[in-house]
Amino acid sequence: MTEQGGTSLTGTHQPQVFAPWLDETAEPIVEFRGVTKKFGEFTAVDDVSLKIHSREFFALLGPSGCGKTTLLRMLAGFETPSAGKILVEGQDISAVPPNMRPINMMFQSYALFPHLTVAANIGFGLRRERKSNSKVKARTDEMLKLVQMEKFADRKPHQLSGGQRQRVALARALARNPKILLLDEPLGALDAKLREQTQFELMNIQEELGTTFVIVTHDQEEAMTVASRIGLMNHGDLAQVATPADIYENPNSRFVADFIGDVNLITGTAGESAQENGEAVVVFHPDGGQMNFNARSPDGIQPGTKCDLAVRPEKIHISPTKPESAANLLEGHVHDIAYAGNLSTYHVRLADGSIVKAQEANRQRLGNRDITWEDPVFLSWESGSAILLDR
Amino acid sequence: MTRRFTWFNATSLTFGFVFLYLPILLLMIYSFNESKLVTVWAGFSTKWYGELARNEAMLSAAWVTLRVAFMTATLATILGTMAAWVLVRYGRFRGRTLFSGMIYAPLVMPEVITGLSLLLLFIAMSIERGLYTVVIAHTTFAMCYVAVVVSSRLVSFDTSLEEAALDLGCTPADAFFSVTLPIIAPSVIAGWLLAFTLSLDDLVIASFTTGPGATTLPIKIYSAVRLGVSPEINALSTILITLVAVGVIVASVLEKRWWSRRSG
Ligand SMILES: Nc1ncnc2c1ncn2[C@@H]1O[C@H](COP(=O)(O)OP(=O)(O)OP(=O)(O)O)[C@@H](O)[C@H]1O
Ligand SMILES: [Mg+2]
Repeated sequence: MTEQGGTSLTGTHQPQVFAPWLDETAEPIVEFRGVTKKFGEFTAVDDVSLKIHSREFFALLGPSGCGKTTLLRMLAGFETPSAGKILVEGQDISAVPPNMRPINMMFQSYALFPHLTVAANIGFGLRRERKSNSKVKARTDEMLKLVQMEKFADRKPHQLSGGQRQRVALARALARNPKILLLDEPLGALDAKLREQTQFELMNIQEELGTTFVIVTHDQEEAMTVASRIGLMNHGDLAQVATPADIYENPNSRFVADFIGDVNLITGTAGESAQENGEAVVVFHPDGGQMNFNARSPDGIQPGTKCDLAVRPEKIHISPTKPESAANLLEGHVHDIAYAGNLSTYHVRLADGSIVKAQEANRQRLGNRDITWEDPVFLSWESGSAILLDR
Repeated sequence: MTRRFTWFNATSLTFGFVFLYLPILLLMIYSFNESKLVTVWAGFSTKWYGELARNEAMLSAAWVTLRVAFMTATLATILGTMAAWVLVRYGRFRGRTLFSGMIYAPLVMPEVITGLSLLLLFIAMSIERGLYTVVIAHTTFAMCYVAVVVSSRLVSFDTSLEEAALDLGCTPADAFFSVTLPIIAPSVIAGWLLAFTLSLDDLVIASFTTGPGATTLPIKIYSAVRLGVSPEINALSTILITLVAVGVIVASVLEKRWWSRRSG
């Protein structure tokens, strides 16, 4: 059976892996080269270099005020870089005004024209292209259909709900068939359910049209869901650029590990390299602890370096009895339990008073739980789940 | 905020309106007075309107005033809107404080000084005084009011709308005319009406800057009243008030219609 499965996988059904960023020679559609933006003395974007490839769904993620919008606005042409260059398809676009760039933007506030109907809003950009009325109408209808707003063509923006406005803004930005679509927190105003639904709509539209999308968000879950790659920003710097899985599993710094998802960080010192079940691991000496742990170190950390061990709560197994063979083991008491319906997060207090979080799926009903407050518990994880982060 | 009816609200409303409109109402009523004495009621008559229609001097003054007000309002609206635009949009440029100060100064400048300085300017440049000098003089102070009205609207105007227009292929000028102007139109129209009224009732600046053959209505009325108030003046004022009221109502109705019908 495995043989059969193997042959069929190599056949035509195998989906093409989309990873143009792995190809060093591929020409990116957008390239930032050492771009810096200063507002007076304040540096909003600090020497950012980044390549975005055609057909990508690229997410810019980061805490508030880290420079995401500024980076996007420079690409759209509303701000000029203080230093560095922005290239679109290999051409420096610093001298090109916003109205001449093959880029359209969907604004955070949607920026729909209040004096125009939905149809006129969508057709606005088409009319600037000196297209005939019938062509404008045809394209407008096409876009209305794409975002399922045919029924609302004659309404004014103020007669629409938030979600409907957002779809009109999307249709308007897509109408001119831009090579690159910029979206600045497009789903910020939507409730959780509509947000999720719209994320999938966005992904479908992007796949259908093959446009390059660059989306700004400070919702990490949204970025993980929609993006082919994520650029995580901090204080105007790009902290890490990687696929969602990579940025989650292999964060390159304490900031990244902490920003994306939940993480336990233990301070300590790196030790010698070792082998565990045929895998290369590094021994880690936590500060003030007697036990050592094993962890991965993708960067090949030097022995004696001060570093942090990062391990995600859902990778930690919690049990009331001591597990038999565990390389990484901690002992403590349950301090608190955060119940979130499908998951429970156990806050476990160790002997030294520090708290480690462990997460378990609630497969059983609440009443049947075998761990409760103040129970002595054991925490364990596989060495491959922990990662050492240089400071 | 509650919208309940209270006696306090009703009283203050009534008091306010009476204070504003009672004198005007009295004037209108006395324009239909039979008697030549302005303060004695002697029965209903429209004879003063007939008298007025035969008063050539009065009619030509009215015509001059209307032309001056119309030209002033149009010029002041264009210049005032441009000034407001520059002040609000190009936030920080060299000499901005000076520029904005200079725009708002005529608002608080005594009219006598504005009038006198303009008069001196016209004399120095040996410009013959007449209808156009009054238009220029009125435009200089009316545009400040327009700038104030329009800039207060522009301040709350969402700049991302303009950016969206640029993004969708507009040149900056195109963006202004197809997005900004339609949205701020109500305040531009309000500015025009304000300038029109300011010009209509100005006496001081007009008397400094006018010349022979360009007597405006306020000047005419003022000189006529000095010889004694005649019911004819009341009739004329009634007509003017009616005209202005009709104009304001028509403008607001048009504006509403235009908003609801406009669909691109
Ligand atoms: N026009 C401006 N003048 C001065 N400072 C500015 C200007 N625009 C942005 N900044 C500053 O630059 C920094 C980055 O702003 P930016 O809008 O890019 O943040 P952001 O990452 O989009 O944040 P958010 O998630 O809150 O939208 C902020 O500290 C902001 O105060
Ligand atoms: Mg932002």
